[in-house]
Amino acid sequence: MTTSRPRRPGMWTIRGPLSRRLYWLFAAFGLLAPLGLWWFMASGSDVDKVFLPGPLDVFNRLVTWYVEDDLLADMGISIYRVTTGFLISAVIALPLALLIGTFRPVQAVLEPLTDFIRYMPAVAFIPLVMLWVGIEESSKIAIIFIGTFFQMVLMMAEDVRRVPLAQIEAAQTMGANRSETINLVIFQAAKPAIMDTLRVTMGWAWTYLVVAELVAASSGLGYSILKAQRFLQTDKIFVGIILIGLIGLVMDQLFRLAHRKAFPWLYLRS
Amino acid sequence: MTTKISVQQVGKVFGEGSHRVEALKQIDLDIADNEFVTFVGASGCGKSTLLRIIGGLEYHTTGNLLTDGRPVAGPGADRAMVFQHYSLYPWLTVMQNIKFSRRLAHGRENISEADVEAASGRADALLALMGLNAAANAWPNQLSGGMQQRVAIARALMGRPQVLLMDEPFGALDAQTREVMHDLILHVHKLERPTIAFVTHDVEEAIYLADRVVLMAPRPGRIDSIYTVPLPPEREQDMKHTPEFLALKKEILARIKETSGMKTDYDMLDQLNLGGVAA
Repeated sequence: MTTSRPRRPGMWTIRGPLSRRLYWLFAAFGLLAPLGLWWFMASGSDVDKVFLPGPLDVFNRLVTWYVEDDLLADMGISIYRVTTGFLISAVIALPLALLIGTFRPVQAVLEPLTDFIRYMPAVAFIPLVMLWVGIEESSKIAIIFIGTFFQMVLMMAEDVRRVPLAQIEAAQTMGANRSETINLVIFQAAKPAIMDTLRVTMGWAWTYLVVAELVAASSGLGYSILKAQRFLQTDKIFVGIILIGLIGLVMDQLFRLAHRKAFPWLYLRS
Repeated sequence: MTTKISVQQVGKVFGEGSHRVEALKQIDLDIADNEFVTFVGASGCGKSTLLRIIGGLEYHTTGNLLTDGRPVAGPGADRAMVFQHYSLYPWLTVMQNIKFSRRLAHGRENISEADVEAASGRADALLALMGLNAAANAWPNQLSGGMQQRVAIARALMGRPQVLLMDEPFGALDAQTREVMHDLILHVHKLERPTIAFVTHDVEEAIYLADRVVLMAPRPGRIDSIYTVPLPPEREQDMKHTPEFLALKKEILARIKETSGMKTDYDMLDQLNLGGVAA
C-alpha cells in the first residue's frame, strides 16, 4: 500500500511559488549568464575586437569617453531631448485622451486618425521635420514627440475608458455636473493607469533617441553611437547602447517609486 | 399618501432596425412618499433598466416619468443610487467617500460655516449609523464587501436624497452579511424616511424589505403583478418563517418561473438525462 502526504507545490507548478532567495538567485543568473557568455565569446583569441569587444574593452571605452570626450554632456543633452519630447507629448496627450475617452464624438474624430498616424514610421518623418522644424534642437525633440505622442494618446484614452461606469454614475446621482464628473471622478480614477502608460511610453521615447539624433546632431548618446559606427568603434557602440538601457531602467524604477508614493491604496498588501 | 415617483406608460427601446429590443413596455407605477418598493423578475425583465430610468441614467423612449409631479431630466442629487459594486472611489478614504457630495457645486451654494459643521456632523452620524467608525480613515480596498456597501449607502445618504435607488446592492454579499444589511437598510429607512426602489433577484430579500413587491416579466419588459407584503411594518428575521411569508415567497417564485418563458430546471435536467441514456 502506498501512502500519500500533502506536498508543498514545487516551483514548476503553474503559477507556483518561488522563495525570495531563489528568486534573486535566478535573477542573478539571468543577468550574469549573458555577461559571462559575452566574456567567454569575446575572449577567444581568433575573435576580432572590432567584431565583438569584450566587457573589459567596453569598460575602458566608458572611462576614456568620460575622461576625454565629455560623456556627461552627451548623456545630459540626450536626457534633455528625450524628456522634453516626452513631456510635450504628455501635456498634449492627457487632455486629448480625457476627451476621447469621455465623449464619443471626439473619439470618432480623433481616434481613427491617430490610429492611422501611429503606424507611420517616425524615421520617415526626418526629412519633413528638417523641412518644417529645421535642424535645431527642436527637430530632435519633434522626432521624439512623433514617436511617442500617438501611441500615448491611444493608450491614455483606453485608460480613461476603463474607469468603471458605476463610479461615474454614482457621482452623477450625487449631483455632480459634467466638469465635476470629469475632474473629480474620471481623471482621478484613471490617474494610476495613466501614470503606468507614461512609464511605458517613456521607454519608447528612449528608443527613438538614435533616430532623433540622426538629424544634424553634434552631441548626444545616439549621435555618438552613429559616429562610432562610422569609425568602427564597436566598443563605443556597446557603451552607448548599454548606457541608454541603464538610463531607461533608472527612469522606469523612478516611475514605479513615484507610482507607489502617489497611489498608496494600490499597494496595501504584500 | 402623496406620490413620490410616478411612472406613466413608460417604454424603453434599445437599438434600431434588426437590433431593436423592447426593454420596457407601458410601465405604469406610482411609488408613494417613504415607500419601500422592491423589483423582482426573470433576467431580461427590465427591472434594472426601469431603476436606471428613474435615476435619470437612461432615458425612456415613450411615456412620462415624474418625481414630485415634475418630469425627470437626467440624474440628480434628489435620487441617489447604490450600485452592486465598483462604485466607491478607491483613492478616497471612507470618510472622504462619504463626504464626496460636499465637494460638488450644488452642495456649495450659499454655504455657511454652520452648514459645513452640520455636514461634518452628518458624516459622523452616518459613519456611526453604518457601524463604520473604526474604518473612517481606511481605504475602500481594505474593507470587506459588506463594509464597502455600507460606505456606498452612507455616501448616497449624505446629500439627504428623497429617493434611494438600489440596484442589487447586496447581490455580491454572502448570506450572513446580507441578513445584517437587510436590518441595517430597514433601520435607515425608518430613520431617514427616503423612498426606496430596490432591485433584486432574491425573492426572500424582496419580501422581507418591501412594502410592495413589483414582479416584472420579460420580452418585452413589463409589470406582471404587484404584491402588498402582508407583514407588520416592523420587520424581524423570524418573520421569514411565518406561513404568510412562505406562501408569498412560493407564489412569487412560481410566477417568476411562469413568466420567464424558459423551461424549468427539471425539464432541462430531463433532457440532459435522456441525451445521456441515448449515448
